[in-house]
Amino acid sequence: MSNLTTTGSNTTVSSGGLPSRRNTELAMLVFAVLVPVFAYANVGLAINGELPSGMLGYGCGLVLLAGVGHLVVRRYAPYADPLLLPLATMLNGLGLVLIWRLDQSERLRQRAESAFGAFSPDAPKQLLYSAIGLALFVAILLFLKDHRVLQRYTYISMAVGLVLLVLPMFFPARNGARIWVDLGFINLQPGEFVKIILAVFFAGYLMVKRDALALASRRFMGMYLPRGRDLGPILVIWALSLMILVFETDLGTSLLFFGLFVIMLYVATERTSWIVFGLLLSAGGAAVVATFEPHVQERVQAWLHPFSEEVIQSTGSDQIAQSLWAFGSGGVLGTGWGQGNSDLIGFAANSDFILATVGEELGLTGMMAVLLIYGLIVERGVRISLAARDPFGKLLAVGLSGAFGLQVFVVAGGVMGLIPLTGMTMPFLASGGSSVLANWALIGILLRISDTARRPAPAPAPSPDAEMTQVVRP
Amino acid sequence: MSELTLTVMRLGFLAVLWLFVIVSIQVIRSDLFGTRVTQRTARRAEAQRPPQRPQPQQPPQGGGRRGRGRNAPTKLVVTEGSLTGTTVALQGQTITLGRAHDSTIVLDDDYASSRHARIYPDRDGKWIVEDLGSTNGTYLDRTRLTTPTPIPLEAPIRIGKTVIELRK
Repeated sequence: MSNLTTTGSNTTVSSGGLPSRRNTELAMLVFAVLVPVFAYANVGLAINGELPSGMLGYGCGLVLLAGVGHLVVRRYAPYADPLLLPLATMLNGLGLVLIWRLDQSERLRQRAESAFGAFSPDAPKQLLYSAIGLALFVAILLFLKDHRVLQRYTYISMAVGLVLLVLPMFFPARNGARIWVDLGFINLQPGEFVKIILAVFFAGYLMVKRDALALASRRFMGMYLPRGRDLGPILVIWALSLMILVFETDLGTSLLFFGLFVIMLYVATERTSWIVFGLLLSAGGAAVVATFEPHVQERVQAWLHPFSEEVIQSTGSDQIAQSLWAFGSGGVLGTGWGQGNSDLIGFAANSDFILATVGEELGLTGMMAVLLIYGLIVERGVRISLAARDPFGKLLAVGLSGAFGLQVFVVAGGVMGLIPLTGMTMPFLASGGSSVLANWALIGILLRISDTARRPAPAPAPSPDAEMTQVVRP
Repeated sequence: MSELTLTVMRLGFLAVLWLFVIVSIQVIRSDLFGTRVTQRTARRAEAQRPPQRPQPQQPPQGGGRRGRGRNAPTKLVVTEGSLTGTTVALQGQTITLGRAHDSTIVLDDDYASSRHARIYPDRDGKWIVEDLGSTNGTYLDRTRLTTPTPIPLEAPIRIGKTVIELRK
C-alpha cells in the first residue's frame, strides 16, 4: 500500500496518493492494438491467402491513435481510470477491421455500384473519423480541467439538446427516419451528441431537485409513490420523447432519451417507483404510437415476423432475417474472419448491423467477449460514479455510462431480434462519423471525472493559528 | 491458405480476444475483491505492533469492513448543533465535514469552514480525525487539533456549534 506512510505512531494518508496505473494502461493498450492487427491479418489470409497490403498502414494508424491518447492521459489526467482507453481502442480497432472486411465483400461492392454508381470503401473514412474522434477526446482532456465546469451550463445544455433533437425534423428523411442533419459538406447525426448534452442537463437538474423528488412521497404497496406535482418532469420528458417518435419516426433516440432520464432519476432519488413509472409510460406510449404511425408498425411487424414473405415484401428489406441467419450460421465458434456471409444483409451491413458480422464470423464466443467489453466500459463508468466526490460528477458519470449501455442494448437487441430494430449505431464498432466522435467525447468526459475523483486531495495547509499557539509560552 | 491454418487462426483469435477480456478483469480485480487486499494489509499491520494498542482488538475476520473488534465504533452521532440526532454508519469510508455541499456531513454553521475536517480509518481500523486547515479549528474534548489524532469512543469533537461523537 504505497499510499500509506507511517510517521511516528501516526498513520496518515499521504498526498502521494493512489497509484496512477498509467503503466497498466499502456500494457493494456499494446494488447488492444495487437488484437485488431491480428484480426486484420486473419481477414487478409482468409480472403486472399496473403497478408493484406494495407495492414501496416492501419496498424500504424491504430498505434498512433492509442499512443497519442495514452500520452495525453498520462500528462493531463494522470489518475484517470486505466481501463477505459484500452477498451475503447479495442472496440474502435475491431470496428475498423470489421468495416474493412465488409469493404472486401464482392456483393456489397456490386450492390453499391448498382445503387450509387460507384463503390467507395468505408474503412479509410472510419480511420479518419477515429482520428477526429480522438482529437475531440484530447481536446476534452486539455480544455475541461474540471468536470464541474459543465454544471454551469445546465440550462444551456438543455436548450442545445432540445434544438439538436428537433433539428432533424427540418431535414428530409433517409430510409424512413429523420435523424440526419445535412449541412451540405457533412452529414451529422445529432442524436449521438444529444446523449452527452442531455446527461449534463439531467445531472445538473436532478442534483438540485432530487430532494424534492425523493423525499415528498407516500408509501403504497411497498413502493414510494411520488406526489402528483412531482410527476411533472418525467411527464414532460415522456411527452418529448413521444413527439420525437411521432415526428422523426426514430425509435432509438426516443428510447435513449427517455431511458436516460429514468436511469438518472432512479440513481438520484433511489426510488424504485420511478423505474416502474418509466417502464409503464414508455410501454404505454410506444403501444399508442404503434397504432397510428406506419413506420413504427413496419418495424414491429419486421420484428415479430422476420421471415414472413409478406413483411419482407412490404418493408422491402430482409435485413433482420439475414441478420438472424448470420447469427445462426456463426454458431458457437463462428466461421472465422472473412469467411461468413453477413454481407447478404446488404444495406447498413457495416453500420446498424455490424454486430451480425461479429456474430457470424466470431460466433457466440466472440460475441460474448465483445459484449463483455461493452459491459466493462459501463462498469467502469458506474465505478467512476461511485468514486466521484461531487453529486454532479456522480450523476453525470452514471448518466453517460447508462446512455452508453442503453445504446448497446437497443442496438444489440434490435439486431438479434429481441426488440424492434431502432436504427442506432453500435458505439465504436459501427461505421459512422457522428457515433465515433460522440463516443470518444463520452470516454473523454468519463476519464476526466475519474481523474478528478481519484486525484489525491491536496495536503491541508498547516493552520497558522495552531503553530503560533504552540510557540507562545507562559 | 490451408483449412488447418485458418481454423487455428480462428480459434487463436477467439482465445486472444478472451484473454484481453480476462486481463481487463484482472486489472480491476481490486474493485471486485478489494476487501481481501485491505484485510491482508490490516492483519500484517496488526501483527507488527500489538503492544502500542491501548485495548487489545480481535484480529479482523471476514471482510475488511466487518469485525474490527468489539470496541470499534460503528456510527458517528451528531449530539449538538443544527444536525443533532444525525447518525452516519462507519463502514471504512472517509467522512468529510464542512460547509461544502459535497461533504459527507454538510455543516450549516457560520463557524465551520467549507472543508473543515475529515474522519477516516487508518490501516489498523482506528478512526482518526484531521483538521483540514479550518479557520476556527476542530476541538477534541477541549484541545484544538494540530495533527491527525485517533478518536477515543464517545469523545466529543467540536466544530463550531456542532458536536459529534463516535459510538458503538
